[in-house]
Amino acid sequence: MIAELGLAALWLAAALAALQLVAGAFAQRDGTTELAGLARPAAIIQGVLAAFSFLMLLILFAQTDLSVKLVAMNSHSAKPMIFKLSGAFGNHEGSMLLWITVMALAGALIAAAERRLPERTMMATLAAQAFVGLGFYAFLLFSSNPFERLPQPAMEGMGLNPLLQDIGLVFHPPTLYVGYVGLSVAFSFAVGALLTRQVTPDFARAMRPWVLGAWIFLTLGITAGSYWAYYELGWGGWWFWDPVENASLMPWLAATALLHSASVLAARDALRAWTIMLGVVAFSMSMVGTFLVRSGILTSVHAFAVDPERGTFILVLLSIYIGGALLLFALRAGTVSEGERFSVTSREAALVFNNVMLSAILGIVLLGTLYPLLTEAFDVRVSVGPPYFNPVGAIFVVPMLMVMAVGPLLRWRQDNIVRIRLPMLIAGGAALAVLLLVTVTTNIGILPLLGLALSAGLGIASFMPLRGRKLRLLPLATWGMVIAHFGIAVALFGMASESAFSEETLAAVEVGDQAEIGPWQVVLSEVRPTAGPNWTALEGRLLVSYKGGTSKEIDPQSRNFWAPPQETTESALVTRWNGQLYAVIGREAGDGRWQLRLWWKPFVTMIWYGGILIALGGVLALIGRLFADLKRRAVKLRGAERRGLSVRNVEPRDAGA
Amino acid sequence: MITGLKPKHQRLILVLIALIALIGAGLLAASALRNQASYFYVPTQMAEKPPAPGQAVRLGGMVQEGSLQTLADGVTTTFVVGDGEATVPVRFAGILPDLFVEGSGVVAEGRLDAGGTFVADNLLAKHDENYVPRELQEMTEHQKNQVVAETEIGA
Repeated sequence: MIAELGLAALWLAAALAALQLVAGAFAQRDGTTELAGLARPAAIIQGVLAAFSFLMLLILFAQTDLSVKLVAMNSHSAKPMIFKLSGAFGNHEGSMLLWITVMALAGALIAAAERRLPERTMMATLAAQAFVGLGFYAFLLFSSNPFERLPQPAMEGMGLNPLLQDIGLVFHPPTLYVGYVGLSVAFSFAVGALLTRQVTPDFARAMRPWVLGAWIFLTLGITAGSYWAYYELGWGGWWFWDPVENASLMPWLAATALLHSASVLAARDALRAWTIMLGVVAFSMSMVGTFLVRSGILTSVHAFAVDPERGTFILVLLSIYIGGALLLFALRAGTVSEGERFSVTSREAALVFNNVMLSAILGIVLLGTLYPLLTEAFDVRVSVGPPYFNPVGAIFVVPMLMVMAVGPLLRWRQDNIVRIRLPMLIAGGAALAVLLLVTVTTNIGILPLLGLALSAGLGIASFMPLRGRKLRLLPLATWGMVIAHFGIAVALFGMASESAFSEETLAAVEVGDQAEIGPWQVVLSEVRPTAGPNWTALEGRLLVSYKGGTSKEIDPQSRNFWAPPQETTESALVTRWNGQLYAVIGREAGDGRWQLRLWWKPFVTMIWYGGILIALGGVLALIGRLFADLKRRAVKLRGAERRGLSVRNVEPRDAGA
Repeated sequence: MITGLKPKHQRLILVLIALIALIGAGLLAASALRNQASYFYVPTQMAEKPPAPGQAVRLGGMVQEGSLQTLADGVTTTFVVGDGEATVPVRFAGILPDLFVEGSGVVAEGRLDAGGTFVADNLLAKHDENYVPRELQEMTEHQKNQVVAETEIGA
């Protein structure tokens, strides 16, 4: 019954999306159709129905209803409850339902909350959102129905991949999905604005909070995903340039560029067409990412079942949406009139420079990710990894970070570089000092060296915009920028330090023996069997002490899951303020000795603290923008009351087609 | 500077600069990809046309029965990877991946040393019973049967 309710809700939601498309499309043409009143409610009800449908799937998984195919394939009655629930989206169909649910909720939120856009652009936006949504409803209902019943209920479920049975999976995919799909709003806004040719600073102000929201979730999702891969895969790395990681990085790069170009549009009425373009590209990258993962075209730990039919379906959807939006852009961009001018030394110019650098990095990541597909067409198999991504990316990251340190100090429109020579000298001096100090005292690679120097310079420069300002009067959005930029410096420091100063050792030790790694002594005191709800394990008891201090116990495991049968290595970590000890236990060498792999990674945690700071900066900026908008609206309201008019009439009515 | 430029011209210049940067990035990426991508070999290819020693490549095949040995240091493993026609000796220092056993498929990332031994930095074995390294899926049925036949005789 629950499965049928969920499916019915999904069909109804799809029907409402169709209604929303028709109503929005007619309303955006003449603005006065009676249908216009239907678009907003349709969007809201559609959101509620999709959420209801997803809730039904969660209930099915919570009850482990084995008559439902998806549950039988991906769950198991012996799993802990939290992993039963997270298992609902740890598979293809469930994750697509989550995707469409987030998308419908985002649409409902615009319909309910967005009041700044001109009515016609709003209608076009809702229509575009519904149009994109319909494709994914069709995909879900026709080729990946999550509520399909089995002719005979299964006796027991097949279980969930143990690598995915981790607290990280409970939060990581939904966070990332909110980010991915949140960008659909930017896409719909961009298409809406192209349709009605209304690309104005007000449009940018309306779009910015949505982009910011999606970007915050993407940032958190990527940060969490990186930490998950770091401790769960047991290889000691935090970024593998895996296609799926790239798939989450690419929308982030595009959204970061979009965020900054929208700021230029909002503040200075420049970069109109470019902002629209980025709005289209950001969500396109989300969809390309989904396509790469779901189609199984690229091998990855994240890939679900390979199914060519689904791959083709998504490919067709992608070409319709991305191709259509780009075609619309090509037809309309020329008619979007030019924005304001600015000088070569101005904040706009710095932002433009960084936008171009971000786009170049995006292009490099995209090419590197797709290259194996390209060569496969010629029957040559290659894999592209850090030797490509790191140096080629750095060529554009380094100048971008340098300009990023200076940009916020420049004035809009036109400025003189001599005016900001003092902060530039301080930041540049700090970077140079670190560069010299590190070169003299150690011998590390060029990239980590540059990373350390730049993180010092950028870290100091990121606080420079506060100089000479009254901190209490500073807008929250400016605080947000300062903290996010500082977060970049912190993360960069962690990456550079991890890559430059990590120590690694691989040893075979007998019980009672000691191994050393960096400043740590590690004693293997015992190896014992242990068990969990759906696994058994061999657990090594390690007594570790930092520079001879009091010792602490950690327990890395080698786990055996029985449903499905699989082994995983569970790393054990000791976190100090200045880094992490990372321990993995392997097999018995055959003569009573056990393999231990140990890493000492100085300041590695800064990578993820930096990510959190970046997201925090986004949250502050979002709150600041929303409050500013509310205030502006209240002022407008008061002004309108004084004139004895209702607010509705004061809102800019569209002058007509 | 701001003077004298019409908006239209400024936009044109911006578009040009962006295009030059993006095309530059593209060319750079293309040449880097040619040099830095690591190519996939099966043992037969490696025997016929070996990559230069030290060049990062990947080797895929089946771990031969009876070839797995742990050296005296307790952490270095040697084994032989074959595809039914040729074999390559492999050395790997590290913790073997889960479910790495003789007779299973493996993809090793690493490089050939001067003596013809493949030194692996990393082994990608199957993560669970459903997962086969992608490159091995397309090993011909014939090759697979041969591998199986050989290992059965050896057993």
